[in-house]
This record gives sequence, structure tokens and C-alpha cells, in this order.
Amino acid sequence: MASQPRTLYEKIWEAHVVETRDDGTSLIYVDRHLVHEVTSPQAFEALRLTGRKVRRPELTLAVPDHNLPTTARVDASGRRLPIADAESASQLAALERNAPEFGIRYIDANAREQGIVHVVGPEQGFSLPGTTIVCGDSHTACHGGMGALAFGIGTSEVEHVLATQTLLLKRAKTMEVRVNGELGPGVTAKDLILHIIGTIGAAGGNGHVIEYRGPVFEAMSVEQRLTVCNMSIEGGARAGLIAPDEVTFAYLKGRPLAPKGADWDAALAWWRTLRTDEGAQFDKSVVIDASQVEPTVTWGTSPEDVVAIGGRVPDPASFADPAKRQAAQKSLDYMGLTPGMAMQDIAVENVFIGSCTNSRIEDLRAAATVLKGRTKAPNVRWAIVVPGSGLVKRQAEEEGLDAIFRNAGFEWREPGCSACLGMNPDKVPPGERCASTSNRNFVGRQGPGARTHLLSPAMAAAAAVAGRLADVRELG
Amino acid sequence: MQPVSAIEGRAYPLGASNVDTDVIIPARWLKTITREGLGRGAFETIRSAQGNVFDDPRFAGAPILIAGDNFGCGSSREHAAWALLDMGIKAVIAPSFSDIFSGNAFKNGILAVELPQDQIDRLLEVAATDPVRIDLETQTVTTPFQDRFAFTIDPFRKHCLLEGLDEVGLTLAGAEAIGAFEQGRAQTMPWLGKGTEIAA
Ligand code: SF4
Repeated sequence: MASQPRTLYEKIWEAHVVETRDDGTSLIYVDRHLVHEVTSPQAFEALRLTGRKVRRPELTLAVPDHNLPTTARVDASGRRLPIADAESASQLAALERNAPEFGIRYIDANAREQGIVHVVGPEQGFSLPGTTIVCGDSHTACHGGMGALAFGIGTSEVEHVLATQTLLLKRAKTMEVRVNGELGPGVTAKDLILHIIGTIGAAGGNGHVIEYRGPVFEAMSVEQRLTVCNMSIEGGARAGLIAPDEVTFAYLKGRPLAPKGADWDAALAWWRTLRTDEGAQFDKSVVIDASQVEPTVTWGTSPEDVVAIGGRVPDPASFADPAKRQAAQKSLDYMGLTPGMAMQDIAVENVFIGSCTNSRIEDLRAAATVLKGRTKAPNVRWAIVVPGSGLVKRQAEEEGLDAIFRNAGFEWREPGCSACLGMNPDKVPPGERCASTSNRNFVGRQGPGARTHLLSPAMAAAAAVAGRLADVRELG
Repeated sequence: MQPVSAIEGRAYPLGASNVDTDVIIPARWLKTITREGLGRGAFETIRSAQGNVFDDPRFAGAPILIAGDNFGCGSSREHAAWALLDMGIKAVIAPSFSDIFSGNAFKNGILAVELPQDQIDRLLEVAATDPVRIDLETQTVTTPFQDRFAFTIDPFRKHCLLEGLDEVGLTLAGAEAIGAFEQGRAQTMPWLGKGTEIAA
């Protein structure tokens, strides 16, 4: 029987349709649900008010990350330290209460496995190829790096998933981002995804699920793929995908929540079928030449505002579209930059290495490689490294990376979202600039008035050493 | 969600047009962890003025709110519906509603009743002294004075409200399909159903 060639997205979608309605929506089964403290309290509250249960508690995993301070969590005698901000404390307490009440596995704030949801899922082997993964957080797209269909949902949908293990969805359009050739030395997955967003635009993926294809992605580690898929949402796509392959399977094997024994063999057989068929059609296709990608940074307040590190701050007048011109001028005013300024002349007072985009062990190694035997420039007031999970932190310490960071003048923190968003105590002061490995450079994202430049971990390290945005390749 | 059939009682005669979601619940209240308790912040700006309807003892605990055109415009915050529910409001009568608000109201079992302005004016008059009754089954708003105003409502929404079905409830009503899907899965891909149980 010759079946129509299908894209990876279509294969995963079709494997999860419980039923299709007349209006074109489908009830889609959710395999894995991640929960954190900020977007879940009202969902649990609703279940309580309606007397409903969680349908499949074992398919949800809860872990606090957004509001958790990244300073020491226990005192010298191992006693838990209180959280100063009352609202954060109450959100955290709510999750700690809700998870056991509804029978959901909860990773405690002080557990070694605690970390950012999107770091924890793959690390624990909870996020698997071919699954549907949701979380009340837009960067759930991240897990697409495992070959999963993963996307963020709202609080009412969190409730819907808890109660029914399904979501009512419309099928998305498909978009292929094909990258040909090879990335040059010093050019990372983060540079590539920034470059892609710059190419397609922040709304370029609206209504689509992106599949990243080509030799560059095949050559990437799982962690690099997670970095790429993480920022699909910055390109407007609710989800991004990279086909799972032997690299993915090797990464997963033996992880605590990954299938074991006969289950593993059966899973593997299915996972190997999860790739876009020859001849399958995408609704939209973009082709990028990897050799054109330079170490990339952002200059404005939209993730599409990217430029190669050797480039200059653009002149708003150079944008043909009047709306873009206006937006660029507003961005530059907010960022305190003048057109034509060399990106490498932009001094930074803060450096943040962390977030679900770039806080895994390979990210920390990349930054440490640059920082080894060096120190941050005197004008860099605040430099922090926030590992994505307790396990990443411990691994880094075993490798001696913490010492390299400390010797370079960085603070070595406890895992969490930290300065990625201005919610917990880690904030960039108003008017100050931050070289940040996170994913959003929105106005006020790292704190009111904070100015964010997105870049890779190696480039963040280079910026710390130079005291300004710098080309990591020139540091030698 | 509780089934809704008839709502009867005093009604706040607010009357104002373009009551936006910031008026219903100001942003500073959005940091809460519950849907409850938002009633304390509901209509905060209006309540800061002397002699407002919400603090008038005649209307204390009223289940109905009567407002002007375009009620609930502004942001998509579901907190607006939660705030109304928390202060005991189960129905809003107005000439028109913002789409987002009426969706959120429906999701939370709040009846959004549309009536023309002249009928609203009459209800505002009655509400000052007497109760108002909304009957969903017959789609009418009545008063103790023989007033009888018919309203229209989407049949699907009416069904859901009468049966007490919210979106979750609706999906649960078709839960056999989910169960069948899960059973199929348990045969073909058993590992998918194990989740966090693997590392028991
Ligand atoms: S690290 Fe940032 S982007 Fe990622 S989940 Fe936390 S707040 Fe969201």
C-alpha cells in the first residue's frame, strides 16, 4: 500500500489524534506534561473547585524554576532558607502542595534534579521522540530537539490537560528551514537560530510548526538541537522539530525516565520511522547557507533584530517598511544605541549565562573554555552563571568549571530561570546592558529598563572578558 | 462547573459603557495563585469613590450586574471573569460584550445576556428597588412588574450552561474515546503510558 509521503510533524500529529471534529479541530492526546509554579496554580484550583482528578498523574512532572531565587537555598546546617518575596514564596508553596495532592511527581526545590523545566524534561528522559509534550510556558518548543511535538499552553489548557490528558487543537501548517553546508569555527547553534530568526522574522513562523533539516542539524548534539528548537517561538512558530536519530537515542539511553528493556527496543523501532518522507510537501520552505552564519548578536528589542558581531547598529532609515523603521527607532532609543555604531564598541555591565536556551553542560563548557585563565573586565559589574539543573551544576563542578567561572569573576548560582525574566531577584538594573544567553530581548524582560543583547555562551564569555560585545574568534 | 438555569436576585445597576478589564480587575491583582479572592480587587477604582453601587447595602451580594455597551473590553485576562464570580456575580446584562470577555465568561459559567438599550434602561430602573430574574431555559429576563424581555444565546453555549459543561467537562463527556485511545496505546506503545512511573 503506497501511502502519501508525510512530514515528521504529520506523523506525530496523526499518531495522537483521539478524534477529529466536524469543525476541523482534533482532540490530541498529550503524552508528557511539564508543570512549573507560575502558570499552574489556577489550573489546580479549578480541579479542586470542580472536584476533578488528574486523569494520568504519571504523565505530568512538576518542578519549580521561574520564581526560585538562585542564591543558596539551604543554610550551613542544611536548613531550608525562606524565600523573601511573599508572592513568589506562595506560588512555590502552592506547587509543593498541589503536586502531591493530585498525585503528580514533584521535584523539590532542593533536589539535585531540580532545574528549568525544559532542561529537566530531556535530562530525565521524560521528553521522548515522537511524543506530544506541553507545558504552561512558550519555550516548551525546546523539546522539539528530541524529535517531540512540543508547545506552550495557557492556564485553562493546563487544566484541560490535567483533567483529560488531551487538548483540542487545529492542525498547524508546516515550514521547513533547511540549512545547507557547515557552520564555521566559533559559530554555534545559538548563532544559527538567531540568524534564522533574523532571516524569517519574529512572525515568520506564525501558524506553522518548523522542521529544521539538513546536515548541520544532523551533526549537532542533542543539547545544540534543544537550543535551536527552544527559540522557534521567537520566530513565531509554536513548535520546532528536529528528526530524532542515533544521536538522540544515544543521549536518551539509560536516562531515569527513558524506556527500559523490551520497551526500549520497541520504542527504538518506532523512533527510527520518525522522519519526513522523501517527497513530503511543506507549506513553506526557507533555505539557509551555513557558511554565511557569523557569531550573531541582537541590537534591538525583538529577537529578529540580529546582526553579525562584525557588523554595525543599523540605521532605522535603512528599513523600507515604515512600521519597521519606527520600531527600529524605538528599539534604539530603548537600547541607548546610535545608528552606525560598531557592535563591538558596545560596552556591557552585566553578563548572564543561563536560561533554558543555554544552560546545559555543553554551554557551560563552551563558556568556560573561553574564560579559562582569564577574568572579566573591570567595567563588568555583574556576571553570573546559572546552571540549568542541579545535575548540570554537579557535572560542571566535577569538571572544575565552577572554579574557572569563579576565577574569572563570575558568580556560580543555584539552578533556575534567573535573569532570563524579571520575576525572581536576579534582575538587570534599569539602563544597564546585559550580554545574555537567554532567548528574549523584549523591553523590560530582564528587569524594568534593562537592555539585553542575546548571544551564545562562548560570545557571552568573550563579552565578559572584553567588557564589551566581542568576537570570540578574535580572542584566540 | 455548576449547571446554570435561572438566576434571580438584586442587580447592581452600574449602567456604564465600555467597562474594560482593567476596571473589572486592575493588573496589580494578577499575581495571585487562585481564582478566588479576586473579588477584593474587583472594580477597585469605582469602589474608591463615595456612593458607588458596589458598596451600596441595597445591592450587597447581588448575583446580577447591569451595564452599558461593550462590557469587558480590553485585555484577555480570565481574571476578569474570576473576579466577578468571586464577588458573587453570576450574570451580566448589557447591550453588548467584548468577544474575549464573553468567551471567558462562558468558560466560567457566567451568563452574558444581551438586551437592547431601552430594555436595559427599564431594568436599571427596576433594579434600584426590586429583584430581576433571568431564565436561561426560556431565554427571558423578567421583573416583578410584568416586564418580560427575550434574549438570544448561542444554542451550543446554552446547552453547555444548562448541563454545567465547561470545556473540560465537554471533553470528559466524550472520555470513552480517550480511554479507547489509551487502551490502544497500551498495546502498541506501552512505554508511553509509564511516564514518571519508570523510576519508581
Ligand atoms: S529560562 Fe526563561 S525562557 Fe526558559 S522557561 Fe525560564 S523564564 Fe522561560
